Amino acid sequence: MPADERLTVKFWGTRGSIPVAMNSAEVRRKLIAALLRASGRTLDTPEKAEVFLERELDFAVSHTFGGNSSCVEIVTGRRDYVLCDLGSGARVFGNDVLATRGPSGNTFHAFMSHPHWDHIMGFPFFMPAYASGNRIRIYGCHADLEEAFRGQHAAPSFPVDFSRLPAAIEFVRLEPERDYEIAGLRVRPKLQHHGGDSYGYRFQGNDKVVVYSTDAEHKLDDLAEIRSFADFFRDADLVIFDSQYSLAETTSIKEDWGHSSNVVGLELCQMARAKRLCLYHHEPVSDDERIAALLAETRRLEEITRGDRRVEILAAFDGMEIAL
Amino acid sequence: MDLTQKRYADTVVLSPVGRIDHSTSEGFKAALEPYMARCAVGLDRVLLDFVRVEYISSVGLRVLMLASKQAKTQGGSLGVAALQPAVKEIFDISRFTMVLDVFPSVRDGLARLSPPALAAFDAG
Repeated sequence: MPADERLTVKFWGTRGSIPVAMNSAEVRRKLIAALLRASGRTLDTPEKAEVFLERELDFAVSHTFGGNSSCVEIVTGRRDYVLCDLGSGARVFGNDVLATRGPSGNTFHAFMSHPHWDHIMGFPFFMPAYASGNRIRIYGCHADLEEAFRGQHAAPSFPVDFSRLPAAIEFVRLEPERDYEIAGLRVRPKLQHHGGDSYGYRFQGNDKVVVYSTDAEHKLDDLAEIRSFADFFRDADLVIFDSQYSLAETTSIKEDWGHSSNVVGLELCQMARAKRLCLYHHEPVSDDERIAALLAETRRLEEITRGDRRVEILAAFDGMEIAL
Repeated sequence: MDLTQKRYADTVVLSPVGRIDHSTSEGFKAALEPYMARCAVGLDRVLLDFVRVEYISSVGLRVLMLASKQAKTQGGSLGVAALQPAVKEIFDISRFTMVLDVFPSVRDGLARLSPPALAAFDAG
């Protein structure tokens, strides 16, 4: 990696469990809120309107967190692409690659948390897989990862069988708790609690650390496990964390559902002295106002529990970029 | 962790002190256990007076959740009262105010849990 390159993280899909889309009622609600805020103002140029949107409106009114399922890109400064998961956000990512880099001659490294459908469903619509001359390496710790990918391409679920994809596609089995050097990054997978298991990844490159830890439940009474995740997150510049449920849900009706909360994410980041916590894998039921409220609450929790070091709190949205 | 206790009729008011976090939650859980064993229909009701609790972490909240489940299973009643503002915010953000019976004061808690306990409390 060139020394002057920073690590940048791009979010292509941030929704948990299943993709969602805003309906017309939600769009209308945003428009009404924006128009009411704009009343009495003269917004007669695109520039004025843009400034108004950015400065005067709440994020939940002027934007959306989006609805694609898990897909995150780590931009290393090298030519190869590095991805975490291939949920429906991978479709948008693939189209962007075609538009910016062309249809062929690209190499992709995709690190899979697990083969649940919301994490692999973007691959049948990942256009680079349909062009010869592209190379796609899919990494993971699950023995049945390739079977899951091939299965979703098979009849009667999909018309194009996996074997007919022109790109050179390889599956690479990784072992947890081992360091690998891939695409200019040092990568370490870690086993996580989730139905059928999931794996988090710690990426280190250019003196920056990004942890991708989704679809993971943390057993609060297991101090050894809590400490091992604090070590996994240690001094990270960014921790991308599954905060799908509230803490109360994960200790009651949704215990053993395999997901975590904003509260536990913050505590782990505080223990680990991580710099940034990014709330991720948003609950599909949550609308933009609800996710914005979750972000505000988590920032407040960080304030009232802060020790000698601040943790910056972010909430991922489709299209978000974080330069580290 | 020491729990000071006061009894008002059929209700035991327990008062933890300090921080309930990863280093103290096991002690809190152990101190709570004998009282939760008697938190059952026909026996005691339990009210936790949190006025001297400065902080509670996720693992401490989980202890409360387990105690609440135990109380429900046994037909008993458990409440938490007099949260400091910061602790109240932690309860709100973690949504524990939606799954536990939380009261503004010990008196409010006793009023809800047990009229005889409230009468004993008011009698001083």
